[in-house]
Amino acid sequence: MLSGREVKLRINKLQKKILIILLFLCLLTPIGILLPAFFNTGDDWGEWSAQTVKELVGYIPKGLIKYSDVWKAPLPDYSISREDLSIVHRSGYYLVSGVIGATVTYIVMLLISRLIIRNGK
Amino acid sequence: MHIPDGYLSPQTYIPLYGVFAAAVAVAVKKVKKEVSARDIPYLGMAAAFSFIIMMFNLPIPGGTTGHAVGSAVIAILFGPWAAVVAVSVALIIQALIFGDGGITAIGANCFNMAVFMPFTAYYLFRLFSFSSARKGRVFFAAFISGYLSLVMAAVLTGIEFGIQPLIASSSDGKALYCPYDLKIAVPAMAIEHILLFGIVEGLITLIIIRYFLRNEPGLIYAFRKGGKIENK
Repeated sequence: MLSGREVKLRINKLQKKILIILLFLCLLTPIGILLPAFFNTGDDWGEWSAQTVKELVGYIPKGLIKYSDVWKAPLPDYSISREDLSIVHRSGYYLVSGVIGATVTYIVMLLISRLIIRNGK
Repeated sequence: MHIPDGYLSPQTYIPLYGVFAAAVAVAVKKVKKEVSARDIPYLGMAAAFSFIIMMFNLPIPGGTTGHAVGSAVIAILFGPWAAVVAVSVALIIQALIFGDGGITAIGANCFNMAVFMPFTAYYLFRLFSFSSARKGRVFFAAFISGYLSLVMAAVLTGIEFGIQPLIASSSDGKALYCPYDLKIAVPAMAIEHILLFGIVEGLITLIIIRYFLRNEPGLIYAFRKGGKIENK
């Protein structure tokens, strides 16, 4: 899945090893859901939803109302919906999001780098 | 550290889009000059690494969550300009596909984490490592570079949050965008990164630099650019 074959790039031994490490890291991403859940911590500072801001300061700033729905991401918060899901489901979607996101990022970066760098072989 | 939509006023996010666009324009030229075609797979992996590492949300018990970014190690390994491109790709995909970081805030988030942070990290690394080429010194510099660059990027983000009430408030004193001012936003962003996330960024920077020193020391941009490594 994480191979560079699509863009016809040769990958050396060390690079293959790093790809395997990255894939392994992808499999560990549910830690990013489980640890905060275990310690019962909230959102990142400054990344609250409009509703949470209302709870914090008593009102929703007008600009926040205006802009907060300006974009509908296909996989919001590395999940499939904003509905309440069990932690197991959330971890699963998070892992899948991690694999999709890392793969897309890898391929997009390869393509962009190829466009930028045309010297040598 | 991913600023969502609605937290920054247009007076803030539009100029930051401009600065980011200018940085990308220069980065494209620099990467073309500095990076050889056979290292392209590394750039892809660097971007993917940054994407993945930002998913590891870590809790500060009783507080909030946060994460490392990976910009520091990418800047040291492949140069700050390559880091600009790699981390920007990760951040833009996070915003577009996963709604992590706002669309209007892409310029700000990329400026903080993909421009300011890698350059800060790179120069900190050179500052702390080059008076000596001992490996211990290099590892120390790698840690400090990751630690301080993330903390400084967090402070910068806190400033962007904190100036919002000054820029845009309605007549009844209610903020239009981020409701917290500098006195709250800057310490909040700084403290959590000083306590935990900066340490994580420092450690991953150290571990990966150590890995490349062992496996492919000739690749490391910061060493090719100046100074030498001692192979003991």
